Amino acid sequence: MPAQSTDFQTLSRRYTADKPLRAFIRKALGGYYQKRDENKSNFQDWQGARDLAAEIKYEAVNHLEDYLLEFEAKITARGAKVFWAPDAEAARNYILQVAKENGVRAIIKSKTMTSEEIHLNHALEKEGFGVIESDLGEYIVQLREEPPFHLVFPAMHLTRGQISELFEEKLGSEPTDEPEKLTMIARDVMRSKYCEADMGISGANFAVAETGMISITENEGNARLTTSLPRIHVALLGIEKVLPHLEDLSLFLPMLATAGAGQTMTCYNTMYGGPRQPGEPDGPEQMHVVLLDNRRTELLADAEQRDALGCIRCGACLNVCPIFKNIGGYSYGTTYGGPIGSVITPHLRGLKDWKHLSAASSLCGACTEACPVKIDLHHHLLQNRRNGVKASPSPFEKLTYGGFSVMMGHPLLYRFAIKIGRFFQPLHDLVNGTFLDPLRAWTSSRKLPKLASTSFQEQWKKERGGEK
Amino acid sequence: MRISLFVPCFIDQLYPNVAWSVVRVLEGLGHEVIFPQGQSCCGQPPFNSGYWDEARSAALVTMRAFRDAEVVVGPSGSCVTMIKVFYPDLFKGQPEELEARELAAKTHEFSSFLVNVLGISDVGAKFEGKVTFHDGCHGLRELGIKKEPRVLLEKVKGLELIEMNEAETCCGFGGTFAVKFATISTAMDEVKCASILETGVNTVVSNDSSCLMQIRGMLEKEGSKVRGLHLAEILASR
Repeated sequence: MPAQSTDFQTLSRRYTADKPLRAFIRKALGGYYQKRDENKSNFQDWQGARDLAAEIKYEAVNHLEDYLLEFEAKITARGAKVFWAPDAEAARNYILQVAKENGVRAIIKSKTMTSEEIHLNHALEKEGFGVIESDLGEYIVQLREEPPFHLVFPAMHLTRGQISELFEEKLGSEPTDEPEKLTMIARDVMRSKYCEADMGISGANFAVAETGMISITENEGNARLTTSLPRIHVALLGIEKVLPHLEDLSLFLPMLATAGAGQTMTCYNTMYGGPRQPGEPDGPEQMHVVLLDNRRTELLADAEQRDALGCIRCGACLNVCPIFKNIGGYSYGTTYGGPIGSVITPHLRGLKDWKHLSAASSLCGACTEACPVKIDLHHHLLQNRRNGVKASPSPFEKLTYGGFSVMMGHPLLYRFAIKIGRFFQPLHDLVNGTFLDPLRAWTSSRKLPKLASTSFQEQWKKERGGEK
Repeated sequence: MRISLFVPCFIDQLYPNVAWSVVRVLEGLGHEVIFPQGQSCCGQPPFNSGYWDEARSAALVTMRAFRDAEVVVGPSGSCVTMIKVFYPDLFKGQPEELEARELAAKTHEFSSFLVNVLGISDVGAKFEGKVTFHDGCHGLRELGIKKEPRVLLEKVKGLELIEMNEAETCCGFGGTFAVKFATISTAMDEVKCASILETGVNTVVSNDSSCLMQIRGMLEKEGSKVRGLHLAEILASR
């Protein structure tokens, strides 16, 4: 069993045992559901909007190369540099090279999950560059030296008290229970960092091919400062972020806000189309756009699951997932947690090491129902399971299911197996729930149902005989 | 109508009364019920675990059993989903694809059959008590069954339906998931059971015995007095 799978079992056990945390997360998400539904009703037709979004993403993903080239040509014409990074290492090296060539001393960063994917902070720090996260949630988890807990709410697992203690310890501030005061403490630190930084790193929510611009949507205004105050702006984005037309944003921005955070619109929505232009008084001197593949093209080659590239990283699937709500974000051990992470991680990081995530689902389909771009998430989990078996079947399961299918085709064999089960049932009572119980995975928390003394088939035959 | 009864294997072995309840309700409505011999598991366990070849062998047995059926009705959203939604996927590009599609088209989940095919809401049942309804995920999200069981329950004399907060939240069963990831499955079960208990009902009803196995398993282990009954058992009560 790969280490990743063992870790998942260990961590998910630890987090499910933390009942206060589970209750805290449920409560936090309770407010989200209400706001999300209120905002859904602002759409004339939410299901129609989902259909349209899926259609636009289908077009973009199926003509990815054309739209990316159009985006590159347009943004390059305004002086931005575009770097096509085949993998994480290439992306890191490019950003490091830009930092070194320009004598960068301090770096500030706005929220970008793509940078988590390529472990950018670590690489920059290793080369002696200080990096500070400017998104409040990201800043909090950075101080705790933790990765984000959730795609959209990185510090959702922490109470105000825990954040206050953290600030007290790391920043020497006074304890407080008021969110506004906590925000002001972080803001005080941040303001000077914006002015010191000579490189700002951002992600992008969308890239618009038609206009050659990236779109960043945020609530704190930190991305605007991160991208406009330092003299160099680096935007790091996955190749799947491209949309064909500017008009598409009129659907995707409110949709992302609604599905992701239960907001009508995110507070600040900004388009970036290049560095400072001649005659402009401010803005960065250089703009670099790093387009990251990192095995996204492998997902693109999979016709069955290609729609997963339509993901807008809203986190709606995590918010409704009963698994996520109980095991939290850290159990997954991946950059992208929750249902979408379980679908794409085997593609991005290898099926062998990550197929267990697709098994760790009851396949309830709440994710698919919530996905604003209609990714067929829970069916992709089934396909990953099938692909995993094709690549490397488990000898035990192969034997079990092989035997199972033979038995199902032979009624006599089947009846015999049931007889054995009925025979062993009273014996099972002797070990029920103990460590000797072979069924303890079930019986330690749930009562085992009893086999009926005669099956329905037998009863029917006796009462009605044969077919009827 | 001549109705072929599809009895999922675990209902056959663990809950024969559920299958008899279906027979009683359908016969009570004046239909003829037949029980084709040779049916066994629909193949969902190997299918969900990724063993599609093995699932196909099991599925072929079920397909053979219902080849001549006019209409097939089964009391499980999950097993009916296997036939209705996943058989066409499982047999895609296989010689039996057409047969799989034909079976999918003529197979119905019990509550959906009563309401949507027969157009019935009142089966003349009587049941004294407060109940809450758990939506099994497969029935709810794969088959779109939401109003059907409620339409039927509303007409049961003496029955008061109280909705729980988490009616649409998965109970955590998920087949082999329940034992492969027992701690996660248990955590989900805890959430579901707490939501049921909150309502103050004395019975939880579902159209899936597999969910009920998970829910009752925990309620009984915890010594709760809340019973779990299949929708068919309620509808067969007089």
